[in-house]
Amino acid sequence: MTMLQEAMRRPSRSPAPRTLFDKIWDDHVLADLGSGAFLLHVDRHMVHEVTSKHAFERMRQRGLALRNPELTFAVVDHIVATAPDRKAGRNPVGQSFIDAWRKNCADFGITHFDIDDERQGIVHVIAPELGINLPGCTLVCGDSHTSSNGALGALAWGIGASEVEHVLATQTAVQHKPMRMRIRYSGRLGHRVTAKDLILYSIGKLGTAAGRGYVLEYGGSAISALAMDGRLTICNMSIEMGARAGLMAPDDTTYQYLSGREFCPKGAAWDSALAYWHTLAGDEAASFDKEVEIDCSTITPQVSWGTSPQDVIGVDGWVPDPALESDPRRRKSMEGALAYIGLQPGARLIGTKIDVAFIGSCTNSRYADLEAAAQLAKGRKVAPGVRALVVPGSTRIKRAAEKAGLDRVFKDAGFEWHHSGCSMCVTANGEVVPPGKRCISTANRNFENRQGPGSRTHLASPQSVVAAAITGAIADVRSFDG
Amino acid sequence: MDKFDRLTGVAAPFMEDNINTDAIMPTAWIIEVGSDWGRGLFGNLRRDRHGRDVDSFVLNQPRYRASKFLVAGRNFGCGSSREEAVWALVGFGIRCVIAPSFSDIFYDNAFKNGLFPLVLPLPDVQRIAAEVAAPEKTELTVDLQHCSLLTPTGSQCKFELDDSRRLPLLEGRDDVGRTLAMAALIDAFQRTDRHRRPWIYRSQ
Repeated sequence: MTMLQEAMRRPSRSPAPRTLFDKIWDDHVLADLGSGAFLLHVDRHMVHEVTSKHAFERMRQRGLALRNPELTFAVVDHIVATAPDRKAGRNPVGQSFIDAWRKNCADFGITHFDIDDERQGIVHVIAPELGINLPGCTLVCGDSHTSSNGALGALAWGIGASEVEHVLATQTAVQHKPMRMRIRYSGRLGHRVTAKDLILYSIGKLGTAAGRGYVLEYGGSAISALAMDGRLTICNMSIEMGARAGLMAPDDTTYQYLSGREFCPKGAAWDSALAYWHTLAGDEAASFDKEVEIDCSTITPQVSWGTSPQDVIGVDGWVPDPALESDPRRRKSMEGALAYIGLQPGARLIGTKIDVAFIGSCTNSRYADLEAAAQLAKGRKVAPGVRALVVPGSTRIKRAAEKAGLDRVFKDAGFEWHHSGCSMCVTANGEVVPPGKRCISTANRNFENRQGPGSRTHLASPQSVVAAAITGAIADVRSFDG
Repeated sequence: MDKFDRLTGVAAPFMEDNINTDAIMPTAWIIEVGSDWGRGLFGNLRRDRHGRDVDSFVLNQPRYRASKFLVAGRNFGCGSSREEAVWALVGFGIRCVIAPSFSDIFYDNAFKNGLFPLVLPLPDVQRIAAEVAAPEKTELTVDLQHCSLLTPTGSQCKFELDDSRRLPLLEGRDDVGRTLAMAALIDAFQRTDRHRRPWIYRSQ
């Protein structure tokens, strides 16, 4: 062990054993503000065109300066069109947000990735992809799925527009210290069971509010075995469990993923960063406020049946019957969900006809997602009457997929091949599921009206979405050859 | 930001769990409505697809149209971090949401806009919702100085709130001014940190 490592291994504030979260927290506390509030340093601030508009307006009104432009990165993703014929100059909706974003980035001197920049993409996809996000850093963005970034061992959380303004002006955030929960995954995921199924299963089991007030740490052999793309999918949906953030200890998979990326430290800086990152993993004796164990070997491909991410079952299961639910409040919400989604209690999910199949969003639009989806789509055809689309998470991912011929596979099968952006997950760009239509989606939220007024959403993995697109109905991807 | 000290007004009962911010403020309204946030509140529930009012929705009922309180179920404000959800409630005239629990991000956003998210135990919230659903008795009074809530039947609920949340709400101040005054501390942290973790700081 070098002296540097030795020095860093010494706890800086508390001699008690600490978790990964504790260590990152301690290294970023600037001040104890009293009554449970702390001022934390923010190492990385990601900015997109929707939340930032109002924050910059307020900055201008109050005459505030951007404190650390070099720690701030901006991208357009929420509102930009993703249609194959999109142009940089004219967006179908929300052009004023994009214009304001451009002006703010120029006026405040922010590194930014515009529509025609190959580094453009969904903000939570590009932060790791460009090496902006690093282990042990604090990263915030005005978007709840910022939690994705925890997969690299960062403390990353979503904030509102007022906090965006606060971070722009001060490079700090006021936070109440969350509690710590660990979820350990043992066993191995089965054939065609993915990270998406793992996290959907977890939300179904624990509930959409289970993580409220907590930072989640995901661990165990099943997490260690995952490549970075799958880990990002899991941390992404921490917010669907209600958690402030979700993170994973950095390991060799993390370092190999990051090495050489554009904004990542290089040379001697990399070496000293690596030495620091090695000190981050939680101490063995560190305790959590709550611990959960999940055996992955029993998880099947998961599909949502209702209007909350906790409404999930195995694809080969039956839609639950509210009459069997003992909690009257839960029973009422299940009845509402079934009425909205148009399914009967006790019905099989398999065979439910779909109208739209969407592969995209910060949850599942990375290269490994597209590769696995293409493998299944190869040589097959999208069922008649189904609109199927693939929206890559970044322009770099899109280009890499095109280089490997994945776009050809998708197009030959009848999928639309789009530019990158948030698209049909948040629908801010006007790309919606029509009223009453049923969409199987790799995104993260199946709320009523989320994909457009009257839209019906089933959450699933990229492979399950392809299986449904080919079949024209929800299908068990494990029964597909190839 | 308006100060929040004492509030008396009509309370609308909307006792569903997990009311998400997409429901409170739909995405399309955020992009299209501009700054008239109150119009977008519960846009897809208050109005049908043709823009007509849905009469059965609680805030469309004449007695609740001027609500200043909303009484809701568990995990209110879950999902998206959109602060427009808070702006929509405040824009409509609601200054206090009473619920057994709130999502973390919504809870933080509320305090930054003079909206008081009041946490009470579920049985109390259910009782208050039942009281304000009764004819003619829909008004609540909350007193943040003394941390108490007065219900239509005259019963009083005491609650606790950290001063780090309560005082800024009472004074109507946000965090930016206070943190800017700590600039020297932030400078010192970054100076030390540049030596400790140089890889975090890009040269400009």
